[in-house]
Amino acid sequence: MRVFDTLFGTNRDQAPTVIQRHSAFTRIWHWVNAICLLVLLMSGLQIFNAHPALYWGKDSHFDSPALSIRAVSGNDGELRGITQVGAYRFDTTGVLGVSGPREARERRAFPAWITLPGPRWLAMGREWHFLAGWIFAPMLIAYLLYLAISGQLRRRLLPRRHEWRTLGHTLYEHLRLRFPRGEEARHYNLLQKLAYLLVLFVITPLIVLTGLTMSPTMDAAWPWLLDVFGGRQSARTIHFLCAVALVGFFLIHIVLVLVSGVVNNLRSMITGRYVLPPEKEADNE
Amino acid sequence: MSNPTDPRRRRFLTRSLLATSAVLLAGCDRLSRSDAMNRLFDASKALTQRTQRLLASRESLAREYAPEDIAPSFRANGTTNPQDEAYRRLAANGFRDWRLTIDGLVERPQTFSLDELKAMPSRTQITRHDCVEGWSCIGQWTGVVLGDLLAQVGVRDEARFVVFHCADRYRGTDSYYESLDMLEAYHPQTLLAYRLNGGDLPIANGAPLRLRAERQLGYKMAKYVMRVELVESFAHLGRGRGGFWEDRGYQWWAGI
Repeated sequence: MRVFDTLFGTNRDQAPTVIQRHSAFTRIWHWVNAICLLVLLMSGLQIFNAHPALYWGKDSHFDSPALSIRAVSGNDGELRGITQVGAYRFDTTGVLGVSGPREARERRAFPAWITLPGPRWLAMGREWHFLAGWIFAPMLIAYLLYLAISGQLRRRLLPRRHEWRTLGHTLYEHLRLRFPRGEEARHYNLLQKLAYLLVLFVITPLIVLTGLTMSPTMDAAWPWLLDVFGGRQSARTIHFLCAVALVGFFLIHIVLVLVSGVVNNLRSMITGRYVLPPEKEADNE
Repeated sequence: MSNPTDPRRRRFLTRSLLATSAVLLAGCDRLSRSDAMNRLFDASKALTQRTQRLLASRESLAREYAPEDIAPSFRANGTTNPQDEAYRRLAANGFRDWRLTIDGLVERPQTFSLDELKAMPSRTQITRHDCVEGWSCIGQWTGVVLGDLLAQVGVRDEARFVVFHCADRYRGTDSYYESLDMLEAYHPQTLLAYRLNGGDLPIANGAPLRLRAERQLGYKMAKYVMRVELVESFAHLGRGRGGFWEDRGYQWWAGI
């Protein structure tokens, strides 16, 4: 029965304590967001593929990109995918620069399986990106307002002073994949709080604002955008880095959801109900 | 038992993965072409255009840069050397025989030589060109303010769009054309430019005359402009979407 307890985060020897973990708004927001972010990522990579290089500053210094992904013909005539970050070059054939089945290698920065649409189609990538953006950005503003007004921001997300002392311990426990149990699991721990605050109040607002900075009409309407981000090309680079950070957040998020009681976690994000993992760990011996 | 590095097994796994992703991708592409999705895309585009019009006033200007910001060479995109015979003859003669026609819904249709345009009051601006592909390039443009030209020919009340007819056929296909609405056409930074970075506009960048619409993406800024036509609707032009790239699926509103 260990598998059952691991999945459900339970210990069948103890009566479970069930709490209402997420409000309906949070749950709907979470899943709509998940779809939006997937579409934004994949269509964003389609758009990136139209000019697979990043620059720092007001405009593009074509000779010295901060990052570039391209295809070059090797000595044997075979196409090689080259990804360059600053002065460092990496051979990324098969994934970045050159990808697709061996008999029909294609020159493209990101491979077809991760772009929306799959084939090279910038105009359609833009359609998907802006449509998803129009759902994502207003929902983000609504959710941040909701967190602030409902008091959840203060109650659930802002770290309390005494928590900071536990930072090292919590980090160590997380790395060992040991998670808070019992009453401790009623609240987000410090690492969760910091991760959610970083994503909600830094990375996602940044990605929306740097996205707007790439729009020439928005730059005319809100010229301060250009000053804040140091130019349109810097904004484009920050936009990309924020996307990378969100992918990183997503991967860690998925791993932690899986290893800390996947059914319990999923249920709490669908019905809201969450079973506090019992104080005493299920029999592991 | 086959081990994980068995080439047959690897090939099978790779092929199944490829087949699965092909099915998924085909699904996405069908979705991209479906009526339901396209209605949503249209709604999103309308929302973008309306919101941006609300946020950017008639007067709000694109950022103008300092001379030291000018890029060492201005990237040319799209057609860089039109092969049209009439155009080649005009170019061979330094565009002395070139004439710009302004007609359509105007009181006094007129033609202008390059010298006549250069004799008119001009505006010089150092602005950033943003390509839909994602790159930007800063250059200095000199030209006639489009609004001044429109005032000279007298725009009729029915006119809703300004269409720019060009000499180039991108990759030998249809003639390039583009359209602006009246608000963007009368914007103080909207120019018909004949100089780039202090010299005559090079052929690669649209000689003898190109559009600058600084609050829009690069594909709006028609090069090799031959004729400016005022129209009530662009439905009868090209494939009816208001521009060469619009006819190929790009948004008519190029503010983002």
